[in-house]
Amino acid sequence: MADGELMIEAEGLVKRYGETLALDGVDFSVPVGTILGLLGPNGAGKTTAVRILTTLARPDAGRGTVAGIDVVAHPAEVRRHIGVAAQDATLDGLLTGRQNLVLVGELSDMGRSASRARATELLALFDLSDAADRVLKGYSGGMRRRLDLAASLMARPPVLFLDEPTTGLDPTSRQAVWDAIRELLRDGVTVLLTTQYLDEADTLANQIVVIDHGRVIADGTPQELKEASRSAHLEVTLPAAHAEAVSALAPLVTGRIHVSDDGRHLSAAVDSSPGFATSVVRALDEAGVLVDNIEVRQPSLDDVFFSLTGGHIAEDDAEIDGTAGAGTGSNPSELQGAHT
Amino acid sequence: MTSLTTLPSGRAAIPVPRRAPRAVWSRVLDVWAMTRRNLVHISREPTQLSDVTIQPVLFTVLFIFIFGGGIPIPDGGNYKDFVLAGLLSLNLVTSTMGTAVGLSTDLNEGMIDRFRTLPVWRAAVLVGRSIADLMTAMLCALIVAVTGLVVGWRPEAGVLPVIGGFFLVLFFAYSLSWIAACVGLNSKSPESAASFGFIVLFPLAFVSNTMIPTQHMPGWLQAVANWNPVSAVTAGARHLWGNPNPSGAIHAWPMQHPVEAALIWSVLILALAAPLASQIFKRRTTE
Repeated sequence: MADGELMIEAEGLVKRYGETLALDGVDFSVPVGTILGLLGPNGAGKTTAVRILTTLARPDAGRGTVAGIDVVAHPAEVRRHIGVAAQDATLDGLLTGRQNLVLVGELSDMGRSASRARATELLALFDLSDAADRVLKGYSGGMRRRLDLAASLMARPPVLFLDEPTTGLDPTSRQAVWDAIRELLRDGVTVLLTTQYLDEADTLANQIVVIDHGRVIADGTPQELKEASRSAHLEVTLPAAHAEAVSALAPLVTGRIHVSDDGRHLSAAVDSSPGFATSVVRALDEAGVLVDNIEVRQPSLDDVFFSLTGGHIAEDDAEIDGTAGAGTGSNPSELQGAHT
Repeated sequence: MTSLTTLPSGRAAIPVPRRAPRAVWSRVLDVWAMTRRNLVHISREPTQLSDVTIQPVLFTVLFIFIFGGGIPIPDGGNYKDFVLAGLLSLNLVTSTMGTAVGLSTDLNEGMIDRFRTLPVWRAAVLVGRSIADLMTAMLCALIVAVTGLVVGWRPEAGVLPVIGGFFLVLFFAYSLSWIAACVGLNSKSPESAASFGFIVLFPLAFVSNTMIPTQHMPGWLQAVANWNPVSAVTAGARHLWGNPNPSGAIHAWPMQHPVEAALIWSVLILALAAPLASQIFKRRTTE
């Protein structure tokens, strides 16, 4: 992360809400023009980190800077550089979509006519032109989200904070939001994205930071995280059962080799090193085993995430009850009841 | 990661993507944008506006035709001419409840967070609200005046003193709206902010000379009424409009100098409540 100027920096951020330690010393940084995916289950501290960096909350310890400006010492200056799409709808329900955007533009010192022009542009970009002059109360959840994102882009800020921007969106809207984010990155905007969707982080993020219980538990590129987890999976299909197959594979795999009842399908957990499939084919060939099919499945980011956090990301809402992890069937872990 | 005291290796230059702020003008624009937002709210929910449109007409007609005949004015005079300044005070004082409810609603919605991430003058939320409420108060004053003229109220003074009378009551209502702001900002919900109206504003408006001359009240209540700021404001308006002002015969200082007393009360309330409201707002929006 050394090259490039750092547009967002968090150093040892600590934040308490009453008894709850929402952030317990979180560090990360985002170089200019890149996107960092902040990943974690509900209550992990993602939103708290965003609230601190967007001047909405003050850290109890540590330091945050945006565009090189300290968020605690110069919040007003920071606000001139950021756009924020928060998790809760932060728009005025009694104003129309257009009035909301123009209001945000005017409050960002853009001036009235520039605000109107930009609002029209963004309404078109997010496919909201038809609903532009309807009162927000009548908008669907997806429309509100898109308008929220549009509002965060009004003043063309160089740094964007998107807190779960696609939660609750249908696939089409989600794709539209992703396209918009990619477009912004091409324009050199720096983005901090929090998400619960691993595919979203995988598709969009240059870097990923995984936090859980207020601490960073992993960071790296999506590829690095997958490789670090070394949880690749080998599956070999033979034309017929072969006595030597298991002993030939044994030196190459990390775990127990599972053999199907007919003896034709073998599978095992393996370290995914470069050229691994070649070694498998060679070993089996030397043992005189014929192979129909061989597959080395790379871990998905989901595999990585579940192995890191104990698998409670699938939880929909931390406040509902304590059944964290129910969706993945493993290790129900405690969730912090703080700001999610 | 670098330690807290070390500067990070790469430090982004500060880009200047927007116009440099021209502090004062920028604040004026912030306030104006917030004011317009609140005016749009009123236009969307006209029921909110009934406090300052239907209520004044209703009160004026009810008091003049139902109670009017039964309430004697010391030293003679017409009840219509007496009561109009009182009706103006009553309507404007009770309408400040809208400020409390409005701000409480704002605080309970996510919109405040959006404002706080924008380069907005923090107090603009409060000032914009108070100006929008002042505008509705002016509309209310106009409706009271027109209804009064229709049913026979007549001021006996020049144009300037008449305008001065309206100014006196509006200025007091504006100051009072900052107390309402404090209450609204301290309330847990818009509903509890609304109860402020019934618990505080109605006694304030009625234990005074607004509807009846205080001479008819029991002694202790009379003392309270004579020092009630609403009495000074109402007596001040009657005095300026040349309407019957029985309070002028009372020896309490505010009743002898109602205009001065009304102005002092208004300035005092504003000077205390406005900074207090902005303090409470700051506290409520800091985490």
